[in-house]
Amino acid sequence: MDACKLIAVGGSAGGITALQKIFSMLPAAPLPPIVVVLHLARESQIDPGLIFAHSTHRRVFEAEDKMPLEADCIYMAPPGYHLLVESGGTVCLTVDEPVHFSRPSIDIFFESAASAYGPTVAGVLLTGANQDGAEGLQAIQEKGGFALVQSPESADARAMPLAALKLFTPDLVCDLDRIGENLGRFTLIGVDA
Amino acid sequence: MMEVDAVEKHLLLEGIFLKYGYDFREYATAAFDRRLLSVLQRFGLPRLIDLLPKVYNDRQFFLELLPLLTIGTTEHFRDPLFFKALRDEVVPVLKTYPNPRVWVAGCSTGEEIYSVAIMLKEEGLLDRTTIYATDINPRVLAIANEGIYPIDTIQAFSKNYVPAGGTRAPSEYYTAAYGLACMDPTLRAGVVFSEHNLTTDGVFTEAHLILCRNVMIYFSKELQNRVLELFLNSLVHRGILGLGSKESVRFCPAGEMLQPLNAEQKIFQKDTGHGRM
Repeated sequence: MDACKLIAVGGSAGGITALQKIFSMLPAAPLPPIVVVLHLARESQIDPGLIFAHSTHRRVFEAEDKMPLEADCIYMAPPGYHLLVESGGTVCLTVDEPVHFSRPSIDIFFESAASAYGPTVAGVLLTGANQDGAEGLQAIQEKGGFALVQSPESADARAMPLAALKLFTPDLVCDLDRIGENLGRFTLIGVDA
Repeated sequence: MMEVDAVEKHLLLEGIFLKYGYDFREYATAAFDRRLLSVLQRFGLPRLIDLLPKVYNDRQFFLELLPLLTIGTTEHFRDPLFFKALRDEVVPVLKTYPNPRVWVAGCSTGEEIYSVAIMLKEEGLLDRTTIYATDINPRVLAIANEGIYPIDTIQAFSKNYVPAGGTRAPSEYYTAAYGLACMDPTLRAGVVFSEHNLTTDGVFTEAHLILCRNVMIYFSKELQNRVLELFLNSLVHRGILGLGSKESVRFCPAGEMLQPLNAEQKIFQKDTGHGRM
């Protein structure tokens, strides 16, 4: 892949714990923006700033429509909206129909990242109990981006990583406690900071 | 993964605009591309350019296509805390006017219209309020005007109603039969349904409150700014604008003339800076 401009992360059941682990193991050096789509219940009143306060020094935002993405910040998709990224480096939200019973859908997010960022996006698919995200991650790889899947053995819920592994061969499969470090290694290269 | 060809998209959207006057040329790219692709899938067409002759030659086909390009999902009292804030913070302002005017722009299938009407009724305001319900799409306006919904949508209604500040029983507002829920027709007695296109039409009314929730998220930033200006021009002095809970006016220049009344619930008040002490 080319110099990484976006880290796109998707997950479902067990995702918050996994993210806390990953964020805590990212290198301190500047990284491109990290955008996360997790399946959360519509009613969940999660404050992304709080749940990751102890895992990262980076600023964590709940994404709003048309929000510009900045390096070294983390953006979470709000429950009840699909999140897409635009090539200009902004977020766009929609209330279109759920996909795989999910809104936000990881497939929609990853596909938008693939088409907007091509070979400059690293996609990461984490623990989860359904198949959302597998096709989207494949699209990222097809466009020249970097595709990383959490190993099913290290996942709270195996279905999501398994669905991806069944569909295609990602660039890297690794255990949860190696994802943070690997992301740092693969995405630091060429980042403008 | 299928992708949208930029030239084909341009030709299609120009064609739609020239022929029918519906302007999708400045819709937010990624989200709208996604809709275009799902349209292709639905009609079993390989490319966007294949849509153009169908759209161009067949008005009926275009009318079928229109909702696929424009409808967002909604429900009664979507984001109940928004409606709670409306009731607690905006209704008292509306009560100071003899005949308040509320404009729900992009009302889609009308769930929000009935939610607003129910709230105004409980606050004793419905009889003297005019609600303008507009949408780009005549078909959804017809659905909104009929006020008949699949009974399973009532689930969301019932769940949202109390946190939205409702003071009665949801079942007082609809009659259920044959798997459908028919909204109390007196709720829409003061509602004016009308086609209005935010991208091409002008000021619609002089409103005390405008609601436009999760409509502008489909627009480009430039178009969002123009529509915000349209709203500013359509609001009375110190008029109020309610947006969707993840929408923002921070990224548009016109947003500077809107001060947050309730920042979390995205309720803003027009403040042009004139007449300030």
